[in-house]
Amino acid sequence: MRGVLIELKVNGEHYEVAVEPQRTLLEVLREKLGLTGTKKACDEGQCGSCTVLMDGKPVSSCLVLALEAQGKDILTIEGLSNGGQLHPLQQAFVDLGAIQCGYCTPGMILAGKALLDENPSPTEDEVRGAISGNLCRCTGYAKIVEAILSASRVLQGAQGGPAQ
Amino acid sequence: MKEYSVVGKRVPRIDAAVKATGSAQYTDDMTLPAMLYGKLLRSPHPHAAILNIDTGRALALPGVKRIITGKDTLGVKYGLWRMYPDLLDEYPLAMDRVRFIGDEVAAVAAIDEDTAQEALELIRVEYEELPAVFDPLEAMEDGAPQVHEGVDRNISVTRHVAFGDVERGFEESDHIREDRFVTQAVHHGNMEPHAALASFDASGKLTLWSSTQSPYIVQVLLAMTLGMREGDIRVIKPHVGGGFGNKIELFPLEFCSALLSRDTGRPVKIVYTRTEEFIATRRRHAIIIELKTGVKKDGTLVARQCRNILDGGAYNSLGPTATFLSGFFHTLPYKFPHFKYDGCHVYTNKAPAGAMRGFGQTQPYFAGETQLDIIAEELGIDPLEIRLKNACGPGYEVGRVAKVSTCGFTECLEEAARGAGWKDKRRSREEGRGIGMGSYTFLSGGSFNWFRTPQAFSNALVKAGEDGSVNLYTGSSDIGQGSDTTMCQIAAEELGLGMADVKITAADTETTPMDIGTWGSRVTLMAGNAVLGAARDLKGQLFGAAASHLGTEPGELEAGGGTIYVRGDPDRKMAFSEAVAAAVKADKGNALIGRGSYHPEGKGIVSPAFAFGATIAEVEVDRETGRVTVLKVTTAHDCGMPINPMSVEGQLEGSVHTGLGQTLFEQEITEKGRIVNASFLDYQMPTSRDMPQIDMIEVITDEPEGPFGAKEAGEGLVGPTVPAIANAIYDAVGVWVKDLPITPEKVLKALKEKGEGG
Repeated sequence: MRGVLIELKVNGEHYEVAVEPQRTLLEVLREKLGLTGTKKACDEGQCGSCTVLMDGKPVSSCLVLALEAQGKDILTIEGLSNGGQLHPLQQAFVDLGAIQCGYCTPGMILAGKALLDENPSPTEDEVRGAISGNLCRCTGYAKIVEAILSASRVLQGAQGGPAQ
Repeated sequence: MKEYSVVGKRVPRIDAAVKATGSAQYTDDMTLPAMLYGKLLRSPHPHAAILNIDTGRALALPGVKRIITGKDTLGVKYGLWRMYPDLLDEYPLAMDRVRFIGDEVAAVAAIDEDTAQEALELIRVEYEELPAVFDPLEAMEDGAPQVHEGVDRNISVTRHVAFGDVERGFEESDHIREDRFVTQAVHHGNMEPHAALASFDASGKLTLWSSTQSPYIVQVLLAMTLGMREGDIRVIKPHVGGGFGNKIELFPLEFCSALLSRDTGRPVKIVYTRTEEFIATRRRHAIIIELKTGVKKDGTLVARQCRNILDGGAYNSLGPTATFLSGFFHTLPYKFPHFKYDGCHVYTNKAPAGAMRGFGQTQPYFAGETQLDIIAEELGIDPLEIRLKNACGPGYEVGRVAKVSTCGFTECLEEAARGAGWKDKRRSREEGRGIGMGSYTFLSGGSFNWFRTPQAFSNALVKAGEDGSVNLYTGSSDIGQGSDTTMCQIAAEELGLGMADVKITAADTETTPMDIGTWGSRVTLMAGNAVLGAARDLKGQLFGAAASHLGTEPGELEAGGGTIYVRGDPDRKMAFSEAVAAAVKADKGNALIGRGSYHPEGKGIVSPAFAFGATIAEVEVDRETGRVTVLKVTTAHDCGMPINPMSVEGQLEGSVHTGLGQTLFEQEITEKGRIVNASFLDYQMPTSRDMPQIDMIEVITDEPEGPFGAKEAGEGLVGPTVPAIANAIYDAVGVWVKDLPITPEKVLKALKEKGEGG
């Protein structure tokens, strides 16, 4: 099938890529843009490993056609750290042992970011709800939940909110 | 508890930052120039003879570069049990028969995935369907379909453990309890699917990147099936997204990517789809357990007899080991004077079972720990008391099979009970709420050499650099459990360095010394001992050179804080880097390398050291719906000395997750050999909402066999989680469910039979 030329904005950069219309955003990110931090674990929208943010909302990029992503702001895990400085969520995942095999990690971190952007001081229950579509087989989720809560405190502190 | 500078600390994973930023490379993230994509054609039948394979139309499809079938292979049978060649029963591609839905029949290499997929659909395979058998009990009947020719009643393996005189033991018992328990096939759920990328160069050398738990085993079995020398095959493990026992063996995608690459002269990548993960990898053995236990009135255990029938599926895989271990674990962590176990591994026309976290352990513990609570109830004894009364301790010997060295089991029982508030909660219970207990032991690596390797199970090298950093080379495989970090901690501690001074190269058959792989919770103890040995060897050489500079004897020196110093006189010291320079100079400029290895010796045939623990679960059961919610898990665990407490916690929390899923939700449902819930959505692993609060208590023992006193931490806790929840359900609503998983339907049915609800 012939490709069509589309324009994507990913992590603040503009890309012009030729894609076949049936290609998913996940495939284009990984195969055309070389952004392999977004993981393909089920390709059926059931595990959350391929979560990216589209206009700030978490989506399973295996369920989004690349064509649909035109004109949207896409954030992948590669776009989260700032000039080598880990985002507080990434730092909390590292420091608190929330990463084991790492395959769910990019999706978990981005699901956590979407939550904190909307709800800067979530309860534990709200964190569990926000990541309930992201499967992890290593951690039992305990340290992931802890890391998101910890990052929320750090981010709140940075914004002059109640620091801990 | 000894104080160390790096060991015993909550050191962040050395690979955490690359994983957090998405820059960690897993096999599927890699591409090579001119790379082709491979796909496998699988059998749609549970049992059939292959009469003919016509690849003509598929080959004519533009973009298809090569198709291979069994006829293109050497037809060499392989497997993990090289010790007994009769047990090797798999072909990388079917020769003339397929034995389960998903058995590999052909492989395609094409310019892209879509073309490879289309080609699969154009391959015409003529099958003659054969009678199939799906139930292990039916498979054992006379006249049942034969899954493999010449295997009487489809029993591929039997295993037995016996000590004392079990008949006499039952005669001496005041009370005898007999139960039958049934466990289910459970899927590993590794988030990263199996993936392999093979590249032959023009000289005939193969490099294979693979998502594996053992590059060594893949290398050896590839050599065997491809007819190559092992030295011409380099297997590299990139980052691995979880294995849990599902990636120990050679898999058809590794073989096929290699053969397709050899034939085409181009790199070939194959990645399993999630459906393939479910239907064509491995799973936990479903076991039928008949358990008979005799006790004295006061709860003293006297005798146990058990029979396990393992549903092996179509191939042996690690079934022989599972058959032994699932019997062995009926013996511990209690003292039985009289014991007899008979187990058999039965072929059926289903996807093969293999190793899985809590290997051979979760099934007997569901049975034994549940039955122990039934017995306690019948005798009017508290479940904690009956466990304390029969607990094994340090130095306990299991027949002639195994010897326990350190053992903090009694303390674990007491600590878990204290932490959970056991006594109060057993007395005053709320409606629909219950509390239950389970205990366990687990291996710190297996001692038995079923792969028949001539090498020590673990080997390591440490090379010192003139800047005072060291390179650590280990064949051990970090698959997400964090062993690379642990290995660096061990080397850093022994050499008196910081974590930043140790650089690790691991799991590459060409550049790292052999390690047999990641399973059986063996890496910390075995690979850790090899690393410790290598660091000690290096340190000895450094001390030799440093002693003359510092005007003392090597035996008077210590390493610490990046220096070599005189014990008791720390001002007489030299920097680690200066000592390296001195040692290199003294040895005519030769590289400064320490070597170490570990092989279990003289500790029985099971494991060099056993970890212990006790777990208490609190649940809420809805009598209307039968739904069980786990509210809290408290566990006390003796893993010797935790090298990295944060990693140990992560392992324990993950084990609770696996155990909880196995208890309440997870099962592969098969209909005539077809797994009908082969997706995450239908299979149902626990989500973040299903997981309870987990309180963990460390009971520290100093295991002499382990590096810095360490033992197992990675999988033992799966086992007791299952019966702790089952026993808590009984405590809550008064029903025992003896077949897993304990679904709402089963709870409701049991309540109805008891005359309630429904």
